[in-house]
Amino acid sequence: MAIIGNPKYEQRIERHLAKYETARSAVMPLLYIAQEEYGWVNSEGIGEVAQLLNLDPTQVKSIAGFYTMYSEKPKGKYWLQVCTDLPCALQGADDFHAWLKDELGLDEGGTTDDGLFTVEHVMCLAACDKAPMLQCNFSYVEELDQAKMRQLLAKWRSEAQVAANGRG
Amino acid sequence: MHILLRGRDIPNIKQLDVYETHGGFDGLRKSLTMTPAEVIDVVKASGLRGRGGAGFPTGVKWSFIPQHEPIKYVTVNADESETGTFKDREIMEENPYQLIEGSLICAYAIQAKAVYIYLRGEFWDIGAQLDECIEALRAKGLVGENILGSGYDCEVYTHLGAGAYICGEESALLNSLEGYLGQPRVRPPFPAQKGGGLYKEATVVNNVETLANVPFIMTEGAQAFKAIGTEQSAGNKIYCVSGHVKRPGNYELPMGATFRELLYEQAGGPLHDDRPFKAMLPSGGSGPIVPLTDEVLDTCMSYEDCASIGTIIGSASIIIMDETVDMTWVASKVTKFFKHESCGKCTPCREGTYWLDKVIDRILDGRGTADDVKRIADVAENMAGTTLCALGDFAANPIIHTIRHFPDDFAQHVQV
Ligand SMILES: Cc1cc2nc3c(=O)[nH]c(=O)nc-3n(C[C@H](O)[C@H](O)[C@H](O)COP(=O)(O)O)c2cc1C
Ligand code: SF4
Ligand code: FES
Repeated sequence: MAIIGNPKYEQRIERHLAKYETARSAVMPLLYIAQEEYGWVNSEGIGEVAQLLNLDPTQVKSIAGFYTMYSEKPKGKYWLQVCTDLPCALQGADDFHAWLKDELGLDEGGTTDDGLFTVEHVMCLAACDKAPMLQCNFSYVEELDQAKMRQLLAKWRSEAQVAANGRG
Repeated sequence: MHILLRGRDIPNIKQLDVYETHGGFDGLRKSLTMTPAEVIDVVKASGLRGRGGAGFPTGVKWSFIPQHEPIKYVTVNADESETGTFKDREIMEENPYQLIEGSLICAYAIQAKAVYIYLRGEFWDIGAQLDECIEALRAKGLVGENILGSGYDCEVYTHLGAGAYICGEESALLNSLEGYLGQPRVRPPFPAQKGGGLYKEATVVNNVETLANVPFIMTEGAQAFKAIGTEQSAGNKIYCVSGHVKRPGNYELPMGATFRELLYEQAGGPLHDDRPFKAMLPSGGSGPIVPLTDEVLDTCMSYEDCASIGTIIGSASIIIMDETVDMTWVASKVTKFFKHESCGKCTPCREGTYWLDKVIDRILDGRGTADDVKRIADVAENMAGTTLCALGDFAANPIIHTIRHFPDDFAQHVQV
């Protein structure tokens, strides 16, 4: 699909355009919408955002590239960003991050072959008293250990399976 | 008593009716009966200082806004990205209306047209909750046109960042909100001046915790606020404690309480009883590190007392390390943060953080020399004060101060 003319996004786009003094200010919320539609910020999404805001696509692309939360390549269905910044690392987050990559057979930033999981490490997520923790897509999962993480991976795998069957 | 983390005392204060039953919006109601200048005078007299790190007097900042300008804005800094900081998050999750009320009082005091709350992108759920709060307030006439029949109009909006620490710096935040790259601006003009703020209009930028204090100040009076804390540091402060303590978390205490009280009585002392405290970063990665000696433990947590021990209270993101922690590793962690977060606009910061990271890695690997340690200290000294924004100074701090206080931690890694 597209985001322009897509009834799913129409109201949200209008609300964002109305909230600022200039169209350009809406570039960040619209990039989130493009990412939601395409799974990452691809050139179609950039083109549409540029068209909606009357900007040059290269300008929109440079904004997207400046921020880490817009992904410039496809990610797994579950994008796992483990905080390994100092306070979390003092509570074992580096080991937890290394273990998680091993468990999924991934290098830093890699995605599993089934397309389900991407693992990355990130800087402080403002949850330092709940370490180790990670962000899965847009939600925080806190106070993790290996047992809890194994359960979560199993749960996400079965959710993905159910979704795939439903589509099938 | 909690002034800020009232969610801990009053269940469901995040609901509008509960907030209102407990005095919610009385501060705004009272402010609307006063002139804007009178409101600013009360906030000035309270001694409230900015909780985002720099500690600038809040009422003075508001008084810089030129009243004759037709368009003015308030921008709430909810970017909360300093390593070790997680206080604004608890305010917004558990007591969101108090932040909005404080923001509206600020808006009335400077006669702003709108408030924009700039949240770090990861606070997606908090943004959605604030949007619901704003709609609930609009339905009751507390946001929008003719607020509570006063004739004053003000809109409140949320805006999500997308993962960039530098957007917490106020001028980078404004650029980001305008849809430009989130890089700092050359000042002057400052945000409070025409030409320097949001859409080039005069703008107040305040931290979440700062504004959440304002309803209390308006209802209880400047003197009640000033009575808490020390001469130069009024009010309560939320201290975010992380690292090697038994009970990490947020603690709201008066400014001027001691580090000992916070770290032992509140946070339960060292995580492992047989591993004493070694060092503390009192303001996340950006302030100078200090050894956690008895003298430091007995120091008051105020702007003036922290200066006397060579550090800052800043955002009060207090990271504690026990004796097992190698300070070279700490320097490396913090340097990686700043290298990642440098916006790349000025050379000393961009190149300096890149280079510091490379050399510290070499030292940690056992391939460094004593000269390397001297060299990184020099590079860091030269970065400080030469950059467009304070991130360049922040990045120099961990190197300069870990080497100064813990030379043996570096010496053990290098060949002589
Ligand atoms: C690199 C950098 C990052 C900053 N990050 C934040 C932040 O995340 N939150 C914040 O409130 N202030 C942050 N600040 C401070 C702001 O620039 C500004 O001083 C503050 O928002 C003013 O509000 P206050 O007076 O209420 O403290 C940062 C400053 C710098 C230089
Ligand atoms: S000091 Fe660093 S973060 Fe600040 S403007 Fe310069 S390059 Fe950007
Ligand atoms: S260091 Fe991990 S959330 Fe702050």
